[in-house]
Amino acid sequence: MASSISITVEVDGVSYTDDVEPRLLLVQHLRERLGKTGTLIGCDTTNCGACTVHLDGVSVKSCTMFAVQADGHQVITIEGMAQNGKLAPLQEAFHQCHALQCGFCTPGMIMQSASLLKENPHPTESEIREGLEGNLCRCTGYQNIVAAVKSVADGVQYDDSGVSVSPSMLEDNSETAGVS
Amino acid sequence: MIPSAFDYAAPTTVAEALSLLADAESAGDDVKVLAGGQSLIPVMKLRLADPSMVVDLGRIPSLSGITDDGGSLTIGAMTPHHTVATDPLIAAFVPLLAQTAATVADPQVRHRGTIGGALVHADPAGDMPAAALALEAVFNLSGAGGNRSVNSADFFQGYFTTAVQEGEILTSITVPKYTGWGSHYEKFTRVSQQWSIVAVAALVRVEGGVIAQARLGLTNMASTPLRASSTESALAGCALEVGAIAAACANAADGTEPASDLNGDAAYRRHLATVLAKRAVLAAVGLSEERG
Repeated sequence: MASSISITVEVDGVSYTDDVEPRLLLVQHLRERLGKTGTLIGCDTTNCGACTVHLDGVSVKSCTMFAVQADGHQVITIEGMAQNGKLAPLQEAFHQCHALQCGFCTPGMIMQSASLLKENPHPTESEIREGLEGNLCRCTGYQNIVAAVKSVADGVQYDDSGVSVSPSMLEDNSETAGVS
Repeated sequence: MIPSAFDYAAPTTVAEALSLLADAESAGDDVKVLAGGQSLIPVMKLRLADPSMVVDLGRIPSLSGITDDGGSLTIGAMTPHHTVATDPLIAAFVPLLAQTAATVADPQVRHRGTIGGALVHADPAGDMPAAALALEAVFNLSGAGGNRSVNSADFFQGYFTTAVQEGEILTSITVPKYTGWGSHYEKFTRVSQQWSIVAVAALVRVEGGVIAQARLGLTNMASTPLRASSTESALAGCALEVGAIAAACANAADGTEPASDLNGDAAYRRHLATVLAKRAVLAAVGLSEERG
């Protein structure tokens, strides 16, 4: 029987030290040990992206990583995106653009979108679609997800009273409807 | 899905990793080397692999990064696909490698997955092996007996099998600079993030208005990546015309032994190889395909 290993991982700004079996997946560590159930397990086969988190600032699939590999590293989950009770711009955009239906893919979509915008702050619609190729949504058809990400890239501001939509975002949508 | 239990070690130097591998083997452990884990962890979760010992190379800084050797670049085995796809040195001197790395799986997998892991895994449908073969990369291995280098033509030996022996690790690859060559990786999939059904890596050098030299690597046309030798010969001296290039690429499947599976049978793959070779070469020389 393999022995447990002590690991220390910073998750959403808090440092946690735990003894884990080497075979424990990062996503299981987050959900079952740390209670970070905002990160979901969808396919559990590296396809769907529902378990996407940031490891040292870049997106990874936490079902395809052992918790021991995260020892000494920094993880941000969907639960670390809102600051001081205020949703992050991508979270607000997904809400306002109706970029979710069942919501299961949403935490992963938002984490991957944040990683995409960090690497490419002004993506084209095609670059957004390619940037989300590792995240599957079985409800929306992706149109509103792409629109939400584009709106954040375009600097659209949302306030408490609702949505402010830039005209360019609507044009882009109509031009490329049906492209995947 | 939960893998079988295993012991885990994360060395910080290559010497320490080699000593762990040697110890594990003499103790009779079934040891696996973990690079980025984007292929190994899924197969461990499916319990298609159940090593008793895993040696993680992820904490060895010297295995990561790109260095300029003058006439060539050396790329550390643990360099992630994302870095290969975006590194300025690779973009300037070996763009085929960047073009190919950018098509591997999806962004999350490219952040974790490594060039060395993909090459040693040697999946016939993996993208990096065909590019490395076309580029005539040299594979730098370290083992208990010292270091050795293996040419790309001798590295890939069969399904998921390479020249890397037990107790050895791939530390880096060395790739000649391809200044003055055009390149393109043309990949065909049904689902964007999935493995290649067939793909073609093309390197083409144009001189005096004709193709002087071409190197083509084929993905998923046999148990290992292959060079499209007949097409390479036919392209030498070929005019920069769509028809002439298409004719040269009609032989792209010569000598291949593609598998038949749910994505397509062998005849379909042979046909795809000719079409994708033509597209890859046209893109590499900057011509656009005529569409009827």
